[in-house]
Amino acid sequence: MPGPNQHISQLADHLFRREAGKMVAVLTKLFGTENLQMAEDVVQDTLLLAFNSWPDKGIPNNPSAWLYRVAKNKAIDRLRHNRHLLNTDPENLTETHDQPLPDIDKPWKQELLEDDMLRMMFACCHPRIPKENQITLILKTLCGFSTIEIAKAFLIPEDTVSKRLYRTKEFFRNEKVTLNIPSVNELKNRTDVILNAIYLLFNEGYNATQSEYLIRRDLMDEAMMLCHLITKNEHTRQPEAYALMALMCFQSSRNESRLSPEGEIILLTKQDRSRWDRQLIEQGNHYMNQAAYGDAVSAYHLEAAIAFQHCTAKSFDTTNWPAILGYYDWLCRIAPSPFTAINKAVAIMQVNGPQAALDALQTIAGASKFYLYHAILGEVYTRLHDYASAKISLEKAIGLTRSAPEKRILQEKLYKLLN
Amino acid sequence: MKEYMLLFRGGLDFATVSPEVMQQSMMKWMTWMDGLKADGTYIGGERLTQTGAVLSGPQKQLSDGPYAEGKEVVAGFIAIKANDLQQAIEIAKGCPIYEYDGSTEVQEIAKM
Repeated sequence: MPGPNQHISQLADHLFRREAGKMVAVLTKLFGTENLQMAEDVVQDTLLLAFNSWPDKGIPNNPSAWLYRVAKNKAIDRLRHNRHLLNTDPENLTETHDQPLPDIDKPWKQELLEDDMLRMMFACCHPRIPKENQITLILKTLCGFSTIEIAKAFLIPEDTVSKRLYRTKEFFRNEKVTLNIPSVNELKNRTDVILNAIYLLFNEGYNATQSEYLIRRDLMDEAMMLCHLITKNEHTRQPEAYALMALMCFQSSRNESRLSPEGEIILLTKQDRSRWDRQLIEQGNHYMNQAAYGDAVSAYHLEAAIAFQHCTAKSFDTTNWPAILGYYDWLCRIAPSPFTAINKAVAIMQVNGPQAALDALQTIAGASKFYLYHAILGEVYTRLHDYASAKISLEKAIGLTRSAPEKRILQEKLYKLLN
Repeated sequence: MKEYMLLFRGGLDFATVSPEVMQQSMMKWMTWMDGLKADGTYIGGERLTQTGAVLSGPQKQLSDGPYAEGKEVVAGFIAIKANDLQQAIEIAKGCPIYEYDGSTEVQEIAKM
């Protein structure tokens, strides 16, 4: 045992969460995806042992190595007792009677652990697993979120989360999903699915539509950690991953200025730009440069380019709106969605005025279910001095959003309109 | 100086708690116990797993755990030094267990 009494402050933030994700991944590779639950149980037992012994005995000199050693020993116990549970490798069928235990010592090096996390990500993002189940499983296995925490983050019943996890584990069992990095011809498509899950996870953190808090930094951090793994691996790194990383850096650079100390939304027009995180913007630029190789221009590239324009503008009015509008045009061509078209209307308003924005908004099909559509319509009508229509739009927006801070800022706008 | 036993019941549900919350809770326990060790209050203690059994009655009837409902389960104990019950209670108030739906029982250890 390493010497005790390392000071508490030396224990890394999120150590348990970080290591839990790695350990679940490596153990799942060892046990097979059909035994994911067993991997999760071993990790939970391992952390519990740390919980029970570290306060009295002190933090070991190398906490991660301590955890890995305990997990390894517990895994060996499980393998001995549950050999019949393990999927027999067809090549070793002749040895079923006394099958050797898999090599349990090798995989605990940092790079290999990260490799296993990547493999686990590919399994979680199997194309036949529904998107919401992919994200749920990623959060549970790789990010160490509890069922309750996932339920809270997405404002869904705990039971729904449990069902999603159950179904995905069942899928693993039935399909005998293996933990592999996909083959070269599959790699691009499979990585795209992961990037999409990361993008959705980040967006939920950036704009926690379902929560009483507007920003869930933990979700944003997890999304960035996962994307970072993708960019670090020579097989999975691709321009899209760098572009997504850039986008996330730019977006999160504004976190500090987006909410008041009381948790109220501060609109982009009123944000204190000196509080934007220069270091994250720098990192975003760095990733942007790496995203520029090849000739692929993905939606992530364009969204990152838009975010870059905002991050580097001195003020709202001096923002390069024509450039942003150009990116939105492009974005609407390669990844058309009502949501993109609604956002584009803001750029149109800045470049061509509120009437042009209104004309554009009115042509968007399927947009009326989004609160943002009505919120922006409200703003456009206000600028056109059509206060009666503005009132109707804002009221619709208030009725459609589930976020408390969004509701409050819309109500404030409505109040100003009426007084 | 008297000695007191602090008996901890309930607290985190380890079957469902996330690694993050477990770490936060552990660090709070650690901070509290380091304080007790630093000022010489701490005598010793252990945490308990939930594996065990109960023997009872003249027939020594045996029953397996869980022998109590979540909040009643003894999660661990420590022994401390204090001048009197009041001071022991004050010390027990510093324990982080109350944030996690747990309770502490303070009892004086009988000394001849």
